[in-house]
Amino acid sequence: MKAYFSIFRIRMQEALQYRAAAWAGVTTQFFWGFMLIMIYQAFYESSDRVMPMTFPQLCSYIWMQQAFLILVETWSGRDGELFEKITSGSVAYELCRPLELYQHWFARLLAGRLGGAILRCVPLLVVATILPYPYRLLFPKSIAQLLLFVVSLLVGAMLTVAVSLFTYILTFKTMNSNGVLSVFSALTTLFSGSLVALPFMPEGVQRFAMALPFRYMADLPFRIWNGSIQVLDGLWQLGIGALWLAALWMLGSFFMKRVLRTAIIQGG
Amino acid sequence: MITLSHISKSFRVAKRDPGLSGAVRSLFHREYRTVEALRDLSFHIGEGELIGCIGPNGAGKSTAIKIMSGILVPDGGECTICGHVPWRDRKRYVQNLGVVFGQRTQLWWDVPIRDSFELLRDIYRVEQPKYEYNLKRCVEQLELGSLLDTPLRQLSLGQRMRCELAGSLLHSPRLLFLDEPTIGLDAVSKRAVRSFIREINVNEGVTVILTTHDTADLEALTERVLLLGKGQLLYDGALDGLRDEEDSSRTLTVRFPGMQEPVIPEGCVLKEWHEGTGVLKTDAAAVSAAIAKLSAVLPLTDVTVEGSPIDDVIARMYKRMGVRA
Repeated sequence: MKAYFSIFRIRMQEALQYRAAAWAGVTTQFFWGFMLIMIYQAFYESSDRVMPMTFPQLCSYIWMQQAFLILVETWSGRDGELFEKITSGSVAYELCRPLELYQHWFARLLAGRLGGAILRCVPLLVVATILPYPYRLLFPKSIAQLLLFVVSLLVGAMLTVAVSLFTYILTFKTMNSNGVLSVFSALTTLFSGSLVALPFMPEGVQRFAMALPFRYMADLPFRIWNGSIQVLDGLWQLGIGALWLAALWMLGSFFMKRVLRTAIIQGG
Repeated sequence: MITLSHISKSFRVAKRDPGLSGAVRSLFHREYRTVEALRDLSFHIGEGELIGCIGPNGAGKSTAIKIMSGILVPDGGECTICGHVPWRDRKRYVQNLGVVFGQRTQLWWDVPIRDSFELLRDIYRVEQPKYEYNLKRCVEQLELGSLLDTPLRQLSLGQRMRCELAGSLLHSPRLLFLDEPTIGLDAVSKRAVRSFIREINVNEGVTVILTTHDTADLEALTERVLLLGKGQLLYDGALDGLRDEEDSSRTLTVRFPGMQEPVIPEGCVLKEWHEGTGVLKTDAAAVSAAIAKLSAVLPLTDVTVEGSPIDDVIARMYKRMGVRA
């Protein structure tokens, strides 16, 4: 257990060094957030229908989503070095360690995402808090809501890692991950609620998204934060998310073991 | 300690015709060919041995190392190392094993070397006193003192290789696999790496298997050589024995002080004659007779006997065995 924690720590230490990338990310996400909010504002002003959440709630959803993007997006926070290890064969070293590769990489990927998120979230949250009403970031109304958000965000981040690990496993087979990654990211982004918040989607799509694991990555934690999912309800849904996490973890380690039995470690 | 018997391993490689049309065709129809990386490989290595594994590119050296490391599963045959089947109880087995793959790195790119070492300590669950002892030994012998607080990316290749070696020994493995540990190093670094390898083999009794293309590594380090070609074991024995088996010619360089004409003993051929120094070619069997003859006519202060350079011997052997050099 200590070994996995040490991997987590060293990767976090590394991720915290990439400050330039973090500033670039913060700037992009800030403008992206503004753009989304303006589009939604046009919708809100031109429609008579009852919206699934209030406009200030929506703004909070978007700011949180932008601040923690690297935690819950499969296309962000990708570990290029790991893909390189697989395709070049340096993964041989990882296999010579008395560790399970799945857990080893899970710790590494989670740390990379958390390290990146720590750098990125602070400036974004600060700015979003001092914006004028109704654009500004609202805070949870109770400690329970806040705690539930923190736990659900962590579970969401772990789910994101578990989901993204499948792409690393697949790279053992395909060697080039780009094609797989882009299709995969498009789907997860859509069904996690990162593109359009799920309640705004047509009912059929919503029902479909609810049956998939991806909504527990982003939709659940950010809606717990903005209060559009109540604490008790959120707790119940968090349980389902945790079950998904366990299932994907087991499936992932199974596939990892299988792929390693037949993998060819390249290079001389 | 290490026993391989009848190990075989083949890979399936996608075959593709060259050019764009070949690429298009391979979209619809894939042809595969089978490459036999190892064929019926058997050998035994005892505890504390230092073995050099040589062979041309593609001979199967790395495949053999990877099978012995538990990374690859062979198609057939058996392998027992320290009482384990490497790929079956991989996690417990690798606790005994240190590896260095010369062209890759096990250290973290952007953090100081010391942090990478401490991670390895935690991964192998090395107790602190033992870790400190091992680290101190490596720091002294490999002169790592000033490197420990530098990130890997700022190190030269020679410095990096010294750190890699240290990293592979922090958990006191009984067995060390070195895959081309001197590749790309300058003369000074090569010497440092070699003397360290010898030192841990002799003083710590670590069993070492190293693969290399640099025959100077073999001459400096190993008593026993395994020569692989086309996935088979072609030779197993002493480096000198390889020379004798392959090439029995000897070169005698003799100084004939104050003589106008060289003395040419029976069975020798004069190759060069220049200012009182003659170069004679002969066979290993005729060397002692030739020297006796020479010593009868001149004071023997200046005679050297040399075999062919080991590189030439190996190149000739590859050619004779029909393996690509």
